[in-house]
Amino acid sequence: MSEVAADQVYTVARRSVVRTIRQPANVVFPLVFPLLLLAVNSGGLNAATKLPGFPADTYIAFALAIPFIQGALFATMNAGTDLARDIQTGFLNRLALTPIRGIALLAGQLGGIAVMGVVQAVVYLVVGLIVGVRLESGPAGALVLLAFAVLISIGFGALGAFAALRTGSGEAVQSLFPVFFVFLFLSSMAMPRNLIEIDWFRAVATANPVSYLIECIRSLIITGWDGQALGLGFGIAIAVTIVAVLLASRAMRTRLARS
Amino acid sequence: MHDRHGIEARGLVRVFKKGPRAVDGIDLDVSPGEIYGFLGPNGAGKSTTVHMLVTLLPPTEGVARVAGFDVVKEGPQVRGAIGAALQEAALDPLLTGREHLRLQTTLHGLPRSVRETRSQELLERVGLADAADRKVRTYSGGMKRRLDLALALVHSPSILFLDEPTTGLDIQSRLALWDEVERLAKQDGVTVFLTTQYLEEADALADRVGIIDHGHIVAEGTPAALKAQVGRPTVEVVPADESERERAAEILGRLGDPCAGSSDAVAVRLRSGEADLAEIVRALDAEGLRVQQLQLHQPTLDDVFLAKTGRSLEGAGDEEQEAEEREPALEPA
Amino acid sequence: MRAVAVARGVAWRTLHNVFTNPSLLVPSLVFPLFFFVAFAGGLSRVANVPGFDFPLGYTAFQFVFVLLQSAAFGGVFTGFGIARDFESGFARRLLLAAPNRTGIILGYASAALVRWLVTAAVVTVVALIAGMEIGGDGVDLVGLYTLALLLNVAAVLWASGVAMRLRTMQAGPVMQMPVFLILFFAPVYVPLSLLQGWIHGVATVNPITRVLEAGRGFLAGTPTEVGIAFAVGIGLSGLLALWAVRGLRKAEAAG
Repeated sequence: MSEVAADQVYTVARRSVVRTIRQPANVVFPLVFPLLLLAVNSGGLNAATKLPGFPADTYIAFALAIPFIQGALFATMNAGTDLARDIQTGFLNRLALTPIRGIALLAGQLGGIAVMGVVQAVVYLVVGLIVGVRLESGPAGALVLLAFAVLISIGFGALGAFAALRTGSGEAVQSLFPVFFVFLFLSSMAMPRNLIEIDWFRAVATANPVSYLIECIRSLIITGWDGQALGLGFGIAIAVTIVAVLLASRAMRTRLARS
Repeated sequence: MHDRHGIEARGLVRVFKKGPRAVDGIDLDVSPGEIYGFLGPNGAGKSTTVHMLVTLLPPTEGVARVAGFDVVKEGPQVRGAIGAALQEAALDPLLTGREHLRLQTTLHGLPRSVRETRSQELLERVGLADAADRKVRTYSGGMKRRLDLALALVHSPSILFLDEPTTGLDIQSRLALWDEVERLAKQDGVTVFLTTQYLEEADALADRVGIIDHGHIVAEGTPAALKAQVGRPTVEVVPADESERERAAEILGRLGDPCAGSSDAVAVRLRSGEADLAEIVRALDAEGLRVQQLQLHQPTLDDVFLAKTGRSLEGAGDEEQEAEEREPALEPA
Repeated sequence: MRAVAVARGVAWRTLHNVFTNPSLLVPSLVFPLFFFVAFAGGLSRVANVPGFDFPLGYTAFQFVFVLLQSAAFGGVFTGFGIARDFESGFARRLLLAAPNRTGIILGYASAALVRWLVTAAVVTVVALIAGMEIGGDGVDLVGLYTLALLLNVAAVLWASGVAMRLRTMQAGPVMQMPVFLILFFAPVYVPLSLLQGWIHGVATVNPITRVLEAGRGFLAGTPTEVGIAFAVGIGLSGLLALWAVRGLRKAEAAG
């Protein structure tokens, strides 16, 4: 990448991060809410560890994977609504009149998201460690986990950006939230798949790609190095990210509508 | 160095998916260093034309060359030579003025060593040096417009597009902006294409004015020439006694054609010119008609608009706006 | 009585808004159903945990929680509507026009109630279709739904008190968070006896736990802690009624 293009991407990413930091709710909420849920649910469901075949000693070790996915969800929302606002205020037009290429603009936005994604992931990890969760995969596993968190932030962020670029509307982006919510809940989020009794629910959870994203992170925490879980998780995350980025790039090109 | 090309357009047309031809065959020839004013009511097609010239919207038909480059085929080169401050002061309320300039200078590829100094220079030029490190959401409307202008000038463009630059501004800000535009054109040789709905603005600033209505140009020329075309002065008389209105109208009617005036006045457009004013005064005196008020109006661009379209510029915008409110806003294809 | 007339007017308009506006109606129906499906469906194995002694099974166990949750959040959603009315200026017109302003609160509360009854009916039907068994008789069931009703009223009063003090849509999270916390710091997933650690302590002192346990008792036909539960329900409603009325005075004072 030329020096100019690198500068452009950096400056757009920097703006994305600065904007997020200057809206404290966008920083605090994605950090606090998932952790609060984690606390409440872990407390309430710790008895589940007594079930034969439950893969972890404490429910919180089992559930720690969830905030990472929820964090990615917030990344989507923030990416989408910020970009939608740029479209509505005409700021995107201003950027369109500079030599920056659509792909660089998108890269910058996603770069900013990735930075916030890392920060979130580190916070969740540290909190987990503080309350006594140990990663079976050790420090190397922690790094892999952070890498995965960045990957899904980018992938989900690109989905949010796609929605914003296609519709130009913040409300449309917000309406994605229930969709993601459903995907999150109808998964192996709360219970390992093999312990879901209700057949149709288990079938849905098995078909749901989010289950594998959760299981990938979960395996690093409670199992160690589970090749299959990692393979599936990373595979799906990479696939989602590629598709999302392609969709978002195309939408960016259309939105910039320049010759 | 500055490109010595201006703006040329032939048969520019823009049709939106659901509707009317927003721009319906526009020809333009703006010379380098000229200030060209595009005057028309809301909905006339001014912004759409600007969007096409700055490469944000492809024309449905027609060609345009800006700074010597084709807007469709040579977009990047056009964008490198132009600056634009469009209707929405497209700013990010969470960033400071300086951060906006940093962003803009970087995106335009200015070398790192130059960015800070260029930013500072522009901030001082538009009078925002003191407010540079405050967030834009604390800026007044005038300050936002000035930042807008600074951002448009970052890469020293040879052609500047200003879309309704003083709409909603107070007098001081408006005059300051007019001064800056004059300076850009006369001292720096920048070609300025400016759209406005304010006839004083077009009158004061523009070397040449194009009056646009319903998507095409209805008149073009220097303000003086346009006014002279249409322009015969009007005389308005308010009789001391209201019941004398008809008599006043009859007297005035001998020397001029009736036209619209203020509500309690009788107004005519003089047939020959200012000299007739003396005749009118004499005639009124001779008939013993006492007059409360007598005014002579020089023709304005509104008169030009009226003559060409049958509507007054001031009211026309409201009509368009009402029409637009009745139908949902049209989105570009 | 003037208050009733005002209440009727406000209630009718609020209900009309909700029932003709899918974006308002659907979430309040869908959310409880969704939670029901996710919890009863996904977590059903929890019934196998040694010490889980609810006789009717996990679906019924979760049903009670979901019913109470829908009642509480139904009240909060109505609070959103009130905040919206304040933000749009409609509430000011109401305050000016209504001869009896307490009637306004009555009106919103009645609307919330009707809205919730619809939700409760839908959730109940879905639970029955899912095969939920009922152990209690008619009286027990009346007890269960009455408890839920009390929660609904309490939640509306809470939310309207917040809405009238803050008078902006930003009040949303302020309304929601305490309700969410008080609901979830209770034996949601397992009975109180199976909770351990800090949450056991919190849930034990949480008044909602009494309501939840009593509700489950009603459904199973083995009523328990009935007195305390109703005391909690009525007491909360009473306190929050004061909260709401004081809020109304504040809103009036602010003009």
